[in-house]
Amino acid sequence: MIPIDLIQKTAETLMDKAAIEIPEDYLTGLQEAARTEDGDLSSFVLKAMLDNYEAAKADRRAMCGDTGVPRWFVKLGNDAKVEGGMCALETALRRATATATNGVPLRPNRVHPLWRTDHNNNVGIGAPEIEYGFEPEGEWIDLITVHKGGLFGTDYRMLFPSDGIQGIKRFYLDSLMAFGKRGLACQPAIIGIGLGGSKDICMTLGKRASVLRTVGSRNSDPRIAEMEDEFKELGNSIGMGAMGFVGKNMVIDCNIEVGYCHTGGMPMSVHAFCLSSRRAVARIYPDGRVEHRADPDWFTPYQRRETVEWEPVREAAE
Amino acid sequence: MKPREIRLSTTPTPEAIAELRLGDIVYLDGLMYTAREGVYMRALEEKANIPMELPSESAANFHCSPAARINADGSFDMGAVTATASFRFAKWLPEWMEKTGAKLIIGKGGMTSRDYKSYFVPNGAVYLSTVGYGTGALLGRGVENVEAVHWNEELGLAQAMWVIRCRKMGPFIVASDMNGDCLFERENAKIAQNIERVYEGTKPAVLKRYGESDDRSDEVI
Repeated sequence: MIPIDLIQKTAETLMDKAAIEIPEDYLTGLQEAARTEDGDLSSFVLKAMLDNYEAAKADRRAMCGDTGVPRWFVKLGNDAKVEGGMCALETALRRATATATNGVPLRPNRVHPLWRTDHNNNVGIGAPEIEYGFEPEGEWIDLITVHKGGLFGTDYRMLFPSDGIQGIKRFYLDSLMAFGKRGLACQPAIIGIGLGGSKDICMTLGKRASVLRTVGSRNSDPRIAEMEDEFKELGNSIGMGAMGFVGKNMVIDCNIEVGYCHTGGMPMSVHAFCLSSRRAVARIYPDGRVEHRADPDWFTPYQRRETVEWEPVREAAE
Repeated sequence: MKPREIRLSTTPTPEAIAELRLGDIVYLDGLMYTAREGVYMRALEEKANIPMELPSESAANFHCSPAARINADGSFDMGAVTATASFRFAKWLPEWMEKTGAKLIIGKGGMTSRDYKSYFVPNGAVYLSTVGYGTGALLGRGVENVEAVHWNEELGLAQAMWVIRCRKMGPFIVASDMNGDCLFERENAKIAQNIERVYEGTKPAVLKRYGESDDRSDEVI
Protein backbone atom coordinates (compact mmCIF):
# COMPACT_ATOMS: atom_id res chain seq x y z
CA MET A 1 0.00 0.00 0.00
CA ILE A 2 1.47 3.37 -1.02
CA PRO A 3 0.85 6.03 1.66
CA ILE A 4 -1.27 8.91 0.39
CA ASP A 5 0.76 11.51 2.32
CA LEU A 6 3.88 10.37 0.52
CA ILE A 7 2.12 10.77 -2.82
CA GLN A 8 1.12 14.34 -2.02
CA LYS A 9 4.53 15.27 -0.64
CA THR A 10 6.31 13.79 -3.67
CA ALA A 11 3.88 15.53 -6.01
CA GLU A 12 4.67 18.89 -4.38
CA THR A 13 8.40 18.28 -4.84
CA LEU A 14 7.81 17.38 -8.50
CA MET A 15 5.82 20.58 -9.11
CA ASP A 16 8.74 22.58 -7.72
CA LYS A 17 11.40 20.71 -9.71
CA ALA A 18 9.46 20.91 -12.98
CA ALA A 19 9.06 24.69 -12.71
CA ILE A 20 12.64 25.42 -11.67
CA GLU A 21 15.06 22.82 -13.06
CA ILE A 22 15.55 22.28 -16.78
CA PRO A 23 15.69 18.52 -17.50
CA GLU A 24 19.23 17.28 -18.10
CA ASP A 25 18.48 15.82 -21.56
CA TYR A 26 16.98 19.09 -22.83
CA LEU A 27 19.85 21.08 -21.31
CA THR A 28 22.41 18.92 -23.11
CA GLY A 29 20.48 19.41 -26.36
CA LEU A 30 20.37 23.18 -25.93
CA GLN A 31 24.07 23.40 -25.03
CA GLU A 32 24.81 21.54 -28.27
CA ALA A 33 22.56 23.98 -30.16
CA ALA A 34 24.36 26.95 -28.58
CA ARG A 35 27.69 25.50 -29.72
CA THR A 36 26.59 25.18 -33.35
CA GLU A 37 24.49 28.35 -33.67
CA ASP A 38 26.04 31.10 -35.80
CA GLY A 39 23.15 33.59 -36.14
CA ASP A 40 24.08 36.72 -34.06
CA LEU A 41 20.69 37.22 -32.47
CA SER A 42 19.88 33.50 -32.16
CA SER A 43 23.21 32.93 -30.42
CA PHE A 44 22.50 35.74 -27.99
CA VAL A 45 19.10 34.22 -27.19
CA LEU A 46 20.48 30.72 -26.58
CA LYS A 47 23.19 32.07 -24.31
CA ALA A 48 20.59 34.07 -22.34
CA MET A 49 18.51 30.89 -21.97
CA LEU A 50 21.47 28.96 -20.56
CA ASP A 51 22.11 31.82 -18.10
CA ASN A 52 18.44 31.75 -17.21
CA TYR A 53 18.52 28.05 -16.23
CA GLU A 54 21.44 28.81 -13.91
CA ALA A 55 19.63 31.78 -12.37
CA ALA A 56 16.45 29.76 -11.84
CA LYS A 57 18.28 26.95 -10.09
CA ALA A 58 20.46 29.25 -7.97
CA ASP A 59 17.54 31.43 -6.83
CA ARG A 60 14.99 28.57 -6.70
CA ARG A 61 12.61 30.59 -8.86
CA ALA A 62 10.60 29.44 -11.87
CA MET A 63 12.52 29.36 -15.18
CA CYS A 64 9.75 31.16 -17.01
CA GLY A 65 7.08 33.56 -15.79
CA ASP A 66 4.50 31.68 -17.79
CA THR A 67 4.68 28.49 -15.79
CA GLY A 68 2.35 26.67 -18.19
CA VAL A 69 -0.65 24.53 -17.37
CA PRO A 70 0.32 21.86 -14.81
CA ARG A 71 -0.89 18.35 -15.58
CA TRP A 72 -0.21 14.81 -14.40
CA PHE A 73 0.58 11.48 -15.98
CA VAL A 74 0.25 8.60 -13.56
CA LYS A 75 1.52 5.13 -14.28
CA LEU A 76 0.81 2.18 -12.06
CA GLY A 77 2.40 -1.21 -11.85
CA ASN A 78 -0.30 -3.86 -12.06
CA ASP A 79 -0.02 -4.68 -8.36
CA ALA A 80 0.11 -1.09 -7.06
CA LYS A 81 -2.31 -0.11 -4.32
CA VAL A 82 -2.88 3.44 -3.18
CA GLU A 83 -4.01 4.23 0.34
CA GLY A 84 -7.56 5.57 0.07
CA GLY A 85 -7.93 4.44 -3.54
CA MET A 86 -7.69 6.31 -6.82
CA CYS A 87 -10.00 9.17 -5.82
CA ALA A 88 -7.68 9.90 -2.89
CA LEU A 89 -4.80 9.96 -5.37
CA GLU A 90 -6.58 12.51 -7.56
CA THR A 91 -7.32 14.69 -4.55
CA ALA A 92 -3.66 14.51 -3.50
CA LEU A 93 -2.54 15.65 -6.97
CA ARG A 94 -5.04 18.52 -7.00
CA ARG A 95 -3.87 19.58 -3.54
CA ALA A 96 -0.21 19.43 -4.59
CA THR A 97 -0.98 21.54 -7.69
CA ALA A 98 -2.74 24.20 -5.63
CA THR A 99 -0.12 24.21 -2.86
CA ALA A 100 2.80 24.51 -5.29
CA THR A 101 1.09 27.29 -7.25
CA ASN A 102 1.18 29.40 -4.13
CA GLY A 103 4.46 27.97 -2.83
CA VAL A 104 6.95 28.15 -5.74
CA PRO A 105 5.14 30.47 -6.79
CA LEU A 106 3.69 29.52 -10.17
CA ARG A 107 1.47 31.71 -12.28
CA PRO A 108 -2.20 30.83 -11.71
CA ASN A 109 -2.90 30.26 -15.40
CA ARG A 110 -6.06 28.20 -15.26
CA VAL A 111 -9.33 30.03 -15.78
CA HIS A 112 -12.86 29.10 -16.85
CA PRO A 113 -13.00 29.34 -20.68
CA LEU A 114 -16.10 31.53 -20.72
CA TRP A 115 -16.37 33.24 -17.36
CA ARG A 116 -12.59 33.61 -16.89
CA THR A 117 -12.98 32.62 -13.23
CA ASP A 118 -9.51 32.20 -11.68
CA HIS A 119 -9.13 30.25 -8.44
CA ASN A 120 -5.52 31.46 -8.28
CA ASN A 121 -4.32 27.88 -7.77
CA ASN A 122 -4.30 26.21 -11.22
CA VAL A 123 -7.17 23.94 -10.17
CA GLY A 124 -10.61 23.99 -11.75
CA ILE A 125 -12.93 21.97 -13.96
CA GLY A 126 -10.76 19.31 -15.64
CA ALA A 127 -7.62 20.96 -14.32
CA PRO A 128 -5.05 19.65 -13.73
CA GLU A 129 -5.57 16.87 -16.28
CA ILE A 130 -4.70 13.46 -14.85
CA GLU A 131 -4.00 10.66 -17.33
CA TYR A 132 -3.21 7.04 -16.56
CA GLY A 133 -1.12 4.20 -17.87
CA PHE A 134 -0.39 0.73 -16.56
CA GLU A 135 2.47 -1.75 -16.69
CA PRO A 136 2.16 -5.53 -16.33
CA GLU A 137 4.32 -5.82 -13.22
CA GLY A 138 5.22 -3.87 -10.10
CA GLU A 139 3.78 -2.39 -6.92
CA TRP A 140 5.11 1.10 -7.66
CA ILE A 141 3.44 4.21 -8.95
CA ASP A 142 5.11 6.73 -11.29
CA LEU A 143 4.13 10.37 -10.95
CA ILE A 144 5.01 12.61 -13.88
CA THR A 145 4.15 16.28 -13.95
CA VAL A 146 4.39 18.35 -17.12
CA HIS A 147 3.83 22.12 -17.23
CA LYS A 148 3.49 22.72 -20.94
CA GLY A 149 2.70 26.08 -22.44
CA GLY A 150 -0.83 26.37 -23.62
CA LEU A 151 -1.30 28.63 -26.62
CA PHE A 152 1.02 28.20 -29.59
CA GLY A 153 2.91 25.50 -31.45
CA THR A 154 0.20 22.86 -31.73
CA ASP A 155 -1.88 21.82 -34.71
CA TYR A 156 -3.91 18.90 -36.04
CA ARG A 157 -4.81 17.85 -39.55
CA MET A 158 -6.66 14.92 -41.11
CA LEU A 159 -4.34 13.60 -43.79
CA PHE A 160 -5.04 10.57 -45.97
CA PRO A 161 -2.91 7.66 -47.18
CA SER A 162 -2.58 9.38 -50.56
CA ASP A 163 -0.91 12.35 -48.84
CA GLY A 164 2.01 10.05 -48.04
CA ILE A 165 5.28 10.98 -46.35
CA GLN A 166 5.51 14.11 -48.51
CA GLY A 167 2.19 15.29 -47.12
CA ILE A 168 3.38 14.58 -43.57
CA LYS A 169 6.52 16.62 -44.23
CA ARG A 170 4.46 19.47 -45.62
CA PHE A 171 2.22 19.70 -42.55
CA TYR A 172 5.24 19.39 -40.24
CA LEU A 173 6.97 22.30 -42.01
CA ASP A 174 3.73 24.31 -42.09
CA SER A 175 3.41 23.93 -38.31
CA LEU A 176 7.01 25.00 -37.71
CA MET A 177 6.66 27.99 -40.06
CA ALA A 178 3.35 29.05 -38.56
CA PHE A 179 4.44 28.94 -34.94
CA GLY A 180 8.16 29.51 -35.38
CA LYS A 181 7.86 33.02 -36.79
CA ARG A 182 8.54 35.58 -34.07
CA GLY A 183 9.33 32.56 -31.92
CA LEU A 184 5.77 31.95 -30.76
CA ALA A 185 6.57 28.25 -30.31
CA CYS A 186 9.36 29.27 -27.88
CA GLN A 187 11.82 27.22 -29.91
CA PRO A 188 14.22 25.50 -30.09
CA ALA A 189 11.72 22.91 -28.94
CA ILE A 190 11.15 19.21 -28.61
CA ILE A 191 8.75 18.59 -31.47
CA GLY A 192 6.29 15.76 -30.96
CA ILE A 193 4.38 14.27 -33.86
CA GLY A 194 1.34 12.06 -33.41
CA LEU A 195 0.37 9.88 -36.34
CA GLY A 196 -2.80 7.82 -36.38
CA GLY A 197 -5.29 7.06 -33.65
CA SER A 198 -8.68 8.72 -33.68
CA LYS A 199 -8.67 12.55 -33.69
CA ASP A 200 -8.41 12.97 -29.93
CA ILE A 201 -5.85 10.18 -29.55
CA CYS A 202 -3.82 11.63 -32.42
CA MET A 203 -3.47 14.85 -30.38
CA THR A 204 -2.67 12.84 -27.27
CA LEU A 205 0.03 10.83 -29.07
CA GLY A 206 1.72 13.99 -30.38
CA LYS A 207 1.54 15.69 -27.01
CA ARG A 208 3.00 12.66 -25.27
CA ALA A 209 5.71 12.34 -27.95
CA SER A 210 6.84 15.89 -27.12
CA VAL A 211 6.55 15.82 -23.32
CA LEU A 212 7.05 12.17 -22.29
CA ARG A 213 10.10 11.31 -24.40
CA THR A 214 13.58 12.59 -23.75
CA VAL A 215 15.96 14.34 -26.15
CA GLY A 216 18.01 11.65 -27.89
CA SER A 217 15.46 8.85 -27.44
CA ARG A 218 14.30 7.02 -30.57
CA ASN A 219 11.14 5.11 -31.46
CA SER A 220 11.52 1.34 -31.18
CA ASP A 221 10.42 0.95 -34.82
CA PRO A 222 13.68 1.51 -36.75
CA ARG A 223 11.90 3.06 -39.74
CA ILE A 224 10.13 5.58 -37.50
CA ALA A 225 13.45 6.23 -35.73
CA GLU A 226 14.92 7.11 -39.14
CA MET A 227 12.04 9.50 -39.78
CA GLU A 228 12.74 11.18 -36.42
CA ASP A 229 16.33 11.84 -37.47
CA GLU A 230 15.26 13.07 -40.88
CA PHE A 231 12.55 15.37 -39.49
CA LYS A 232 14.90 16.87 -36.92
CA GLU A 233 17.32 17.78 -39.68
CA LEU A 234 14.54 19.04 -41.93
CA GLY A 235 13.23 21.39 -39.21
CA ASN A 236 16.71 22.71 -38.56
CA SER A 237 17.30 23.35 -42.27
CA ILE A 238 14.57 26.01 -42.47
CA GLY A 239 17.09 28.64 -41.41
CA MET A 240 14.96 29.77 -38.49
CA GLY A 241 16.30 29.76 -34.95
CA ALA A 242 15.29 30.98 -31.50
CA MET A 243 12.62 33.72 -31.52
CA GLY A 244 12.24 33.30 -35.29
CA PHE A 245 15.60 34.98 -35.90
CA VAL A 246 17.90 33.68 -38.61
CA GLY A 247 19.55 30.55 -37.24
CA LYS A 248 19.97 26.83 -37.56
CA ASN A 249 18.41 25.52 -34.36
CA MET A 250 14.65 25.17 -34.26
CA VAL A 251 14.24 21.52 -33.28
CA ILE A 252 16.17 20.13 -30.30
CA ASP A 253 14.71 16.76 -31.14
CA CYS A 254 11.77 15.29 -33.03
CA ASN A 255 9.80 12.41 -31.51
CA ILE A 256 7.13 10.49 -33.38
CA GLU A 257 4.50 8.23 -31.82
CA VAL A 258 1.94 6.22 -33.73
CA GLY A 259 -1.37 4.52 -33.08
CA TYR A 260 -3.59 2.45 -35.35
CA CYS A 261 -6.15 4.61 -37.17
CA HIS A 262 -9.15 4.29 -39.48
CA THR A 263 -8.16 2.52 -42.69
CA GLY A 264 -9.14 5.55 -44.78
CA GLY A 265 -7.14 8.17 -42.90
CA MET A 266 -3.74 9.25 -41.61
CA PRO A 267 -4.42 11.91 -38.94
CA MET A 268 -1.44 13.93 -37.78
CA SER A 269 -0.71 16.30 -34.91
CA VAL A 270 2.31 18.46 -34.14
CA HIS A 271 3.30 19.76 -30.70
CA ALA A 272 6.21 21.91 -29.50
CA PHE A 273 7.62 21.50 -25.98
CA CYS A 274 9.34 24.82 -25.34
CA LEU A 275 12.63 26.31 -24.16
CA SER A 276 11.48 25.65 -20.60
CA SER A 277 10.57 22.00 -21.13
CA ARG A 278 9.08 21.51 -17.69
CA ARG A 279 8.75 17.90 -16.63
CA ALA A 280 9.64 15.94 -13.52
CA VAL A 281 9.30 12.25 -12.69
CA ALA A 282 9.40 10.10 -9.56
CA ARG A 283 8.63 6.47 -8.75
CA ILE A 284 7.10 5.72 -5.36
CA TYR A 285 7.27 2.25 -3.79
CA PRO A 286 5.04 0.82 -1.05
CA ASP A 287 8.04 0.70 1.36
CA GLY A 288 8.33 4.50 1.15
CA ARG A 289 11.24 4.73 -1.29
CA VAL A 290 11.03 7.60 -3.78
CA GLU A 291 13.28 7.59 -6.87
CA HIS A 292 13.51 10.76 -8.95
CA ARG A 293 14.59 10.45 -12.57
CA ALA A 294 14.64 12.51 -15.79
CA ASP A 295 13.07 10.04 -18.21
CA PRO A 296 9.29 9.54 -17.93
CA ASP A 297 9.87 6.20 -19.72
CA TRP A 298 6.22 6.24 -20.75
CA PHE A 299 6.50 4.47 -24.10
CA THR A 300 7.45 0.99 -22.93
CA PRO A 301 6.98 -2.12 -25.11
CA TYR A 302 3.71 -2.65 -23.24
CA GLN A 303 2.40 0.82 -24.20
CA ARG A 304 3.31 0.20 -27.84
CA ARG A 305 1.96 -3.37 -27.95
CA GLU A 306 0.25 -4.48 -31.14
CA THR A 307 -1.15 -7.86 -30.16
CA VAL A 308 -4.35 -9.00 -28.46
CA GLU A 309 -2.55 -10.77 -25.63
CA TRP A 310 0.48 -9.43 -23.82
CA GLU A 311 3.20 -12.03 -24.23
CA PRO A 312 6.44 -10.39 -23.18
CA VAL A 313 8.51 -13.57 -23.48
CA ARG A 314 7.58 -14.12 -27.10
CA GLU A 315 8.05 -10.42 -27.95
CA ALA A 316 11.50 -10.43 -26.37
CA ALA A 317 12.51 -13.50 -28.38
CA GLU A 318 11.50 -11.91 -31.70
CA MET B 1 28.83 40.59 -34.30
CA LYS B 2 27.84 41.02 -30.67
CA PRO B 3 24.65 43.05 -30.10
CA ARG B 4 24.96 46.51 -28.47
CA GLU B 5 23.90 46.74 -24.79
CA ILE B 6 22.04 49.80 -23.48
CA ARG B 7 20.68 50.94 -20.06
CA LEU B 8 17.35 52.72 -20.48
CA SER B 9 14.96 54.50 -18.10
CA THR B 10 11.30 53.41 -17.98
CA THR B 11 10.50 57.11 -18.48
CA PRO B 12 12.86 57.58 -21.43
CA THR B 13 13.57 60.84 -23.23
CA PRO B 14 12.62 61.13 -26.92
CA GLU B 15 16.36 61.31 -27.68
CA ALA B 16 17.07 58.04 -25.86
CA ILE B 17 14.31 56.33 -27.84
CA ALA B 18 15.52 57.75 -31.15
CA GLU B 19 18.96 56.25 -30.38
CA LEU B 20 17.64 52.68 -30.29
CA ARG B 21 18.38 50.38 -33.21
CA LEU B 22 16.74 47.08 -34.14
CA GLY B 23 18.48 44.22 -32.34
CA ASP B 24 19.97 46.36 -29.53
CA ILE B 25 19.90 44.71 -26.11
CA VAL B 26 18.23 46.86 -23.44
CA TYR B 27 18.24 46.76 -19.62
CA LEU B 28 15.62 48.86 -17.82
CA ASP B 29 15.66 51.00 -14.68
CA GLY B 30 12.64 52.56 -12.99
CA LEU B 31 8.96 51.77 -12.54
CA MET B 32 7.19 49.43 -14.92
CA TYR B 33 3.59 48.24 -14.87
CA THR B 34 1.89 45.15 -16.28
CA ALA B 35 -1.22 45.66 -18.39
CA ARG B 36 -2.89 43.18 -20.72
CA GLU B 37 -6.47 42.50 -21.83
CA GLY B 38 -7.94 42.70 -18.32
CA VAL B 39 -6.45 46.11 -17.56
CA TYR B 40 -7.17 47.45 -21.06
CA MET B 41 -10.80 46.45 -20.91
CA ARG B 42 -11.26 47.85 -17.42
CA ALA B 43 -9.54 51.14 -18.16
CA LEU B 44 -10.70 51.73 -21.72
CA GLU B 45 -14.07 50.00 -22.04
CA GLU B 46 -15.33 50.26 -18.47
CA LYS B 47 -13.64 53.68 -18.05
CA ALA B 48 -12.24 52.87 -14.60
CA ASN B 49 -9.72 55.38 -13.24
CA ILE B 50 -6.16 54.17 -13.77
CA PRO B 51 -4.62 53.90 -10.29
CA MET B 52 -1.24 55.39 -11.30
CA GLU B 53 0.08 58.70 -12.59
CA LEU B 54 0.96 57.90 -16.19
CA PRO B 55 3.32 58.57 -17.88
CA SER B 56 5.13 60.56 -15.17
CA GLU B 57 5.55 57.49 -12.93
CA SER B 58 6.13 55.04 -15.77
CA ALA B 59 5.98 54.96 -19.55
CA ALA B 60 6.72 51.23 -19.70
CA ASN B 61 3.82 48.81 -20.26
CA PHE B 62 4.78 45.14 -19.82
CA HIS B 63 2.51 42.52 -21.42
CA CYS B 64 3.06 40.15 -18.57
CA SER B 65 1.52 38.08 -15.84
CA PRO B 66 4.13 37.24 -13.25
CA ALA B 67 4.54 34.00 -11.33
CA ALA B 68 3.89 35.68 -8.00
CA ARG B 69 1.85 35.56 -4.81
CA ILE B 70 0.34 38.04 -2.40
CA ASN B 71 1.23 37.02 1.16
CA ALA B 72 -1.19 37.06 4.08
CA ASP B 73 0.51 40.20 5.45
CA GLY B 74 -0.07 42.01 2.15
CA SER B 75 3.54 41.76 0.95
CA PHE B 76 4.43 40.26 -2.43
CA ASP B 77 6.69 37.50 -3.66
CA MET B 78 7.62 37.60 -7.29
CA GLY B 79 9.51 34.64 -8.76
CA ALA B 80 9.71 34.67 -12.51
CA VAL B 81 8.33 37.21 -14.98
CA THR B 82 7.83 36.56 -18.67
CA ALA B 83 5.91 38.29 -21.41
CA THR B 84 2.81 37.13 -23.20
CA ALA B 85 2.18 37.49 -26.97
CA SER B 86 1.39 41.12 -27.79
CA PHE B 87 -0.35 40.88 -31.17
CA ARG B 88 -3.63 40.15 -29.34
CA PHE B 89 -3.62 43.60 -27.77
CA ALA B 90 -3.46 45.66 -30.97
CA LYS B 91 -7.15 46.42 -30.55
CA TRP B 92 -6.57 48.48 -27.38
CA LEU B 93 -3.02 49.79 -27.77
CA PRO B 94 -3.62 52.97 -29.83
CA GLU B 95 -6.12 54.29 -27.28
CA TRP B 96 -3.98 53.09 -24.37
CA MET B 97 -0.91 54.93 -25.66
CA GLU B 98 -2.86 58.08 -26.20
CA LYS B 99 -4.32 57.92 -22.72
CA THR B 100 -1.19 56.90 -20.80
CA GLY B 101 1.72 58.21 -22.86
CA ALA B 102 3.36 54.78 -22.87
CA LYS B 103 6.69 54.91 -24.73
CA LEU B 104 7.93 51.37 -24.19
CA ILE B 105 5.68 48.44 -24.97
CA ILE B 106 7.34 45.30 -23.71
CA GLY B 107 6.14 41.84 -24.59
CA LYS B 108 6.45 38.71 -26.66
CA GLY B 109 6.59 38.54 -30.44
CA GLY B 110 6.19 42.21 -31.27
CA MET B 111 3.56 43.82 -33.49
CA THR B 112 3.46 44.42 -37.24
CA SER B 113 5.28 47.27 -38.97
CA ARG B 114 1.79 48.55 -39.81
CA ASP B 115 1.11 48.91 -36.06
CA TYR B 116 4.49 50.56 -35.52
CA LYS B 117 4.02 53.09 -38.33
CA SER B 118 0.40 53.90 -37.56
CA TYR B 119 0.51 54.50 -33.80
CA PHE B 120 3.89 53.63 -32.23
CA VAL B 121 5.95 56.18 -34.19
CA PRO B 122 3.37 59.01 -33.91
CA ASN B 123 3.34 58.45 -30.14
CA GLY B 124 7.14 58.28 -29.97
CA ALA B 125 7.01 54.69 -28.74
CA VAL B 126 9.04 51.56 -29.47
CA TYR B 127 8.55 47.86 -28.83
CA LEU B 128 10.93 45.84 -26.68
CA SER B 129 10.77 42.07 -26.83
CA THR B 130 11.74 39.72 -24.02
CA VAL B 131 14.51 37.28 -24.96
CA GLY B 132 13.81 33.66 -25.85
CA TYR B 133 10.47 34.20 -24.11
CA GLY B 134 11.70 32.05 -21.30
CA THR B 135 14.23 34.19 -19.43
CA GLY B 136 11.80 34.58 -16.54
CA ALA B 137 14.35 33.93 -13.82
CA LEU B 138 16.81 36.53 -15.21
CA LEU B 139 14.04 39.11 -15.48
CA GLY B 140 12.91 38.21 -11.96
CA ARG B 141 16.38 39.13 -10.71
CA GLY B 142 15.85 42.60 -12.17
CA VAL B 143 12.79 43.17 -9.97
CA GLU B 144 14.01 45.33 -7.10
CA ASN B 145 10.61 45.60 -5.49
CA VAL B 146 6.92 45.06 -6.17
CA GLU B 147 5.46 48.48 -5.35
CA ALA B 148 1.76 47.67 -5.71
CA VAL B 149 -0.82 45.36 -7.22
CA HIS B 150 -3.91 47.14 -8.54
CA TRP B 151 -7.24 45.59 -9.49
CA ASN B 152 -6.33 42.17 -8.11
CA GLU B 153 -9.83 41.79 -6.64
CA GLU B 154 -11.47 42.62 -9.93
CA LEU B 155 -9.14 40.87 -12.37
CA GLY B 156 -7.28 38.11 -10.49
CA LEU B 157 -3.53 37.72 -10.01
CA ALA B 158 -2.73 37.00 -13.66
CA GLN B 159 -4.59 40.00 -15.10
CA ALA B 160 -3.95 42.49 -12.28
CA MET B 161 -1.83 45.62 -12.75
CA TRP B 162 1.51 44.87 -11.07
CA VAL B 163 3.77 47.85 -10.44
CA ILE B 164 7.40 46.78 -10.44
CA ARG B 165 10.56 48.70 -9.58
CA CYS B 166 13.26 47.46 -11.96
CA ARG B 167 16.99 47.65 -11.59
CA LYS B 168 18.94 46.64 -14.67
CA MET B 169 16.04 44.43 -15.64
CA GLY B 170 16.69 42.53 -18.83
CA PRO B 171 17.71 41.47 -21.35
CA PHE B 172 15.16 42.90 -23.79
CA ILE B 173 15.64 43.24 -27.57
CA VAL B 174 14.67 46.38 -29.49
CA ALA B 175 12.09 45.10 -32.00
CA SER B 176 10.87 48.39 -33.52
CA ASP B 177 12.41 51.78 -34.16
CA MET B 178 11.46 55.35 -34.97
CA ASN B 179 11.21 54.42 -38.67
CA GLY B 180 8.48 51.97 -37.74
CA ASP B 181 10.63 49.07 -38.94
CA CYS B 182 10.07 45.64 -37.43
CA LEU B 183 12.93 43.35 -36.38
CA PHE B 184 10.87 40.18 -36.80
CA GLU B 185 9.71 41.13 -40.29
CA ARG B 186 13.32 41.80 -41.24
CA GLU B 187 14.30 38.31 -40.04
CA ASN B 188 11.24 36.72 -41.71
CA ALA B 189 12.27 38.24 -45.03
CA LYS B 190 15.76 36.72 -44.75
CA ILE B 191 14.36 33.30 -43.87
CA ALA B 192 11.77 33.47 -46.68
CA GLN B 193 14.53 33.21 -49.30
CA ASN B 194 15.10 29.61 -48.22
CA ILE B 195 11.48 28.43 -48.00
CA GLU B 196 11.14 27.09 -51.52
CA ARG B 197 14.16 24.85 -51.12
CA VAL B 198 12.96 23.46 -47.77
CA TYR B 199 9.50 22.67 -49.15
CA GLU B 200 10.86 21.04 -52.29
CA GLY B 201 9.16 17.69 -52.95
CA THR B 202 6.42 18.13 -50.34
CA LYS B 203 2.82 18.45 -51.52
CA PRO B 204 -0.32 20.18 -50.30
CA ALA B 205 -2.81 18.08 -48.33
CA VAL B 206 -5.56 16.27 -50.25
CA LEU B 207 -8.24 17.71 -47.98
CA LYS B 208 -8.11 21.51 -47.83
CA ARG B 209 -9.43 23.62 -44.95
CA TYR B 210 -11.26 26.91 -44.73
CA GLY B 211 -8.57 29.39 -43.92
CA GLU B 212 -6.62 28.12 -46.94
CA SER B 213 -9.59 29.42 -48.88
CA ASP B 214 -11.54 32.27 -47.33
CA ASP B 215 -14.31 31.90 -49.87
CA ARG B 216 -16.97 29.82 -48.10
CA SER B 217 -18.68 29.09 -51.41
CA ASP B 218 -15.54 27.05 -52.30
CA GLU B 219 -15.40 23.34 -51.59
CA VAL B 220 -12.36 22.11 -49.62
CA ILE B 221 -12.20 18.69 -51.30
